[in-house]
Amino acid sequence: MSPISRGFLGRRHPVDDPSRVPPGQYVTTDFPVLSAGPTPHTPLEEWTFEIAGAVDQPASWSWDEFLALPAETPTVDIHCVTKWSKLDTSWKGVSVDTLLERAGTEAKWVTAFCDGGYTTNLGLDDVSGGKAWVAYEFGGAPLEPEHGGPARLLVPHLYFWKSAKWVRGLRFTPADVPGFWENYGYHNHGDPWLEQRYQGD
Amino acid sequence: MVELVDQTPRTKSLVLDVPDWKGHRAGQHVDVRLTAEDGYQAQRSYSIASGPEDDKLVLTVERLDDGEVSPYLVDVLQPGDELELRGPIGGYFVWEESLGGPLLLIAGGSGIVPFRAMLRHGIATGSDVPLRLLYSSRALDEVIYRDELREAGNANGVDIELTLTRDAPSDWNGRRGRIDEQMLDEVAWAPAEQPLIYACGPTGLVESVADTLVMAGHDQGRIRLERFGPTGT
Amino acid sequence: MIVESLDGNAIAGQLFEVFGSEMTAVTGRCRFCGASSHLAELRVYMRAPGAVGRCPACMRVVLVLTSVHGNARLDASGFELSA
Repeated sequence: MSPISRGFLGRRHPVDDPSRVPPGQYVTTDFPVLSAGPTPHTPLEEWTFEIAGAVDQPASWSWDEFLALPAETPTVDIHCVTKWSKLDTSWKGVSVDTLLERAGTEAKWVTAFCDGGYTTNLGLDDVSGGKAWVAYEFGGAPLEPEHGGPARLLVPHLYFWKSAKWVRGLRFTPADVPGFWENYGYHNHGDPWLEQRYQGD
Repeated sequence: MVELVDQTPRTKSLVLDVPDWKGHRAGQHVDVRLTAEDGYQAQRSYSIASGPEDDKLVLTVERLDDGEVSPYLVDVLQPGDELELRGPIGGYFVWEESLGGPLLLIAGGSGIVPFRAMLRHGIATGSDVPLRLLYSSRALDEVIYRDELREAGNANGVDIELTLTRDAPSDWNGRRGRIDEQMLDEVAWAPAEQPLIYACGPTGLVESVADTLVMAGHDQGRIRLERFGPTGT
Repeated sequence: MIVESLDGNAIAGQLFEVFGSEMTAVTGRCRFCGASSHLAELRVYMRAPGAVGRCPACMRVVLVLTSVHGNARLDASGFELSA
């Protein structure tokens, strides 16, 4: 049994509406930087976003082409598996629905792949129906490299390790292929409301 | 928790009485864990500042403004409070007298903490291993253990050099500016002397020091590094 | 805010928990590039969902430490530890 540290509260923020906070989470006003490796720095002239794999019509956009796509400005709550949640975060990005408009696929699974080699797996229904974006602005400014810039996946209804930083594309697969953290014991789906942090949860 | 000692405006030393403490080696650290009443926990590592021959365990903590653990340790903890520790931990970034030297220690900011333990060990054992310490701080009032280091530098075979990177008093006789190739060239022993080299502090400083020394011909195998997380910048 | 890039010293306590002994001075070989290093010399990225250790020479992931329901779990399949 750990002794109680008299007067220790931690950096947690009081919450007005507890129903917005999934079980086991604490609200923060910071934006902690969590990373599995060094920050990549791909020059924008070389950057592309791809829809690839088991699709009828693979697609690829350059940075300029990507910025020309219709964009949305979602405000969402985000939840990290390391227990912090951040409410009312504002982003700008392209809805994944827009990116998939012409893809044509029967595959139900997607792997997000990124600069630096990170991957995460998602179901098609987790990235469609207005649930996911490829975001390039945060808080009204270009997304900083440490937070995944130039662009990251944004899938707020799942734990934030699924919102892959430095995303470069979505590859459709006929079967579900566990990504980086999923391979090391994290939950395949990752629903914070069901506290799906680890495999078997 | 026995006593709190102010070191600089942002750092404090915690003097601890640890029942059944089995001793430690200079350079090791402990993991400190805090538990709130509702069970919430946070944990951080802190290098041991006391030498193995000292009778109480001392940790020196730098208060980070946006820290979670350090503000508690520096602002809230009082004598009589309990602290949960795990350790001592570490077997790589350690020095003892029997390892010999000459010993070159390079510190940035709070990276000085494990070197205080090494210095005190050298002094307590009456070691004749030559020791040089190059310590980079932003300003004079941020130099941790300033008086103690000055006194240690008076001894034969112990050479303490400070460099201030941001502000120096007008009558400052010490070095100025960041640790660079020229400064290392002036302070370090020649590679032929085969010094044991330890560097500790922010990752950027530690890596650039290591790269510079290797390029100057020092044996990579005689250089040991410990990178610290964010320190106040 | 910069990414915290540390080294194996930062996970010494967790490694002790997993192995039951001090591990940072242990050497091993990266299975990808063959470079030898002490565990303390791995480049470690902390505060991710787990701690990720990368070979200092090739920067590939050789070790991942996670804490699943309070139990430390290590996957060191990329790093061949010396006896």
